[in-house]
Amino acid sequence: MTTTTLVDTPVERDPEGFFVHPEQWTEAMADEIARESGIAELTDRHWQVINFMRGTYLQNGTAPSIRTLGKASGVPIKELYQLFPKGPAKLAAKIAGIPKPRGCI
Amino acid sequence: MRPRILILGGGTGGTLAANRLRKHYGDAVQITVIDRDDRHVYQPGLLFVPFGLADPARLARSRRAQLHDGIEFRVAEVERIETADNRIELAGGEMVPYDVLVIASGASLLPQETEGLTGPGWQERVFSFYTLEGATALRDALRAFDHGRLVVNMVDMPVKCPVAPLEFCFLADWHLKQRRIRDRVQIEYVTSLDGAFTKPTCNRELSGLLAARGIEVTTEFNTGQVDGAAGRLISWDDREVRFDLLVAVPLHGGSEFVGRSPGLGDELGFVTVDRGTLQSTAAANVFALGDATNVPTSKAGSVAHFQGETLVGNIVRFLDRRELDSSFDGHTNCFIETGFHKAILIDFNYDTEPLPGRFPEPRVGPLRLLEESRLNHLGKLAFEWIYWHVLLPGRPMLGITPQMQLAGKELDATSMERSIR
Repeated sequence: MTTTTLVDTPVERDPEGFFVHPEQWTEAMADEIARESGIAELTDRHWQVINFMRGTYLQNGTAPSIRTLGKASGVPIKELYQLFPKGPAKLAAKIAGIPKPRGCI
Repeated sequence: MRPRILILGGGTGGTLAANRLRKHYGDAVQITVIDRDDRHVYQPGLLFVPFGLADPARLARSRRAQLHDGIEFRVAEVERIETADNRIELAGGEMVPYDVLVIASGASLLPQETEGLTGPGWQERVFSFYTLEGATALRDALRAFDHGRLVVNMVDMPVKCPVAPLEFCFLADWHLKQRRIRDRVQIEYVTSLDGAFTKPTCNRELSGLLAARGIEVTTEFNTGQVDGAAGRLISWDDREVRFDLLVAVPLHGGSEFVGRSPGLGDELGFVTVDRGTLQSTAAANVFALGDATNVPTSKAGSVAHFQGETLVGNIVRFLDRRELDSSFDGHTNCFIETGFHKAILIDFNYDTEPLPGRFPEPRVGPLRLLEESRLNHLGKLAFEWIYWHVLLPGRPMLGITPQMQLAGKELDATSMERSIR
């Protein structure tokens, strides 16, 4: 675990950049993490996914999978890949300030 | 009036729950099991069918015959559950009331949810071994297959027995070597996960073994489309994997009637329950076990077995108006067949990943954890007898506790930290 500074606030993140303590996250930090990850600007569609992601995590204690995002976030899977290239579930979790989704076994 | 306990599903979880409840209560409660058919398949055996190592006709038995005397068994389709009125509706409109409901209806395969998977080539060059029919058809196709690309694709979690696709790869490697055509076949494992397995120590062990067998692994591949005619898997981010023979582990979901019963399940149709008590989050007199639940552990028969004790104990407590016991810890125990008469054994729970060590007796074993051995393979074969004669009847398994034991496992600093947390 390493402590990094986002929007002038120290936060604890794992080696891949996922938040260890979701309560340290603020909306302003999301923009900064997005830029780190190569997304220049977060649109309303991005935010729809980020909010769904965070809401589900805070309610259930687990992050939704790509399949759940496609079914329940209101954004189809194809578009999820356009919004969050490569790994939408992982990237959206990182930006939403929640721990790395574990494909549960 | 005797309390009426209704159990939906006569598979592993439903059968062992019914038999344990009958043993506890005798005639003091009325127990009814409902399933859509009377065919109970020994699912761990399906893996062996494609390689001619198990006879498909011998894997299925009557569901009714596995239930103790005094338990009623009915064949019917469930339409929906009406938790507010403590009753279920069957197809055709009949209402069946209950005092306690147990949902043990397992996970269903949803190949039709992946575009093209059941299209051209389905059951010709595209197969799944997760059903008796599929495993048998794959056996015939594999016999005729003598060169090209064999691709095994786990489309997305959750699936039943997440190690089964890896076991299939190991067994295919062995099978092709026995036929002396291994050098003419490429085997590739394509998974939506970011490794062969999710838990780090076990992932290292399995990845090493896959590499040693010359099995290629493609990770983070989310299959969006299967083009059976051209032999291509296409991911959502437009990557392609070519195949001549595809063995797909399709998407899974819960039972359709869970989806038709508002508030009972998650968006995939798995029943949402408290992960420690197995009580539904929607209704206090509804419980679930086995593959039907949303608990974050493997979908495996061993899990249903370990859950059995918590579930039955909590139904008794519920009917006695006592507080429930949060005793299920996510315990899972799996044999992973690696071919050449060997297997690996893993044992883990919600908080502790699979670790090396000895099982079930600390230091003594005789089984070794997270290590290939002949004895583990014999354990896997012996499990079929244990399944029908010990697990389903609800007898205790000597020396194996429902809760995972840390004794006997070799903990390093990180796993120690994780287990304490």
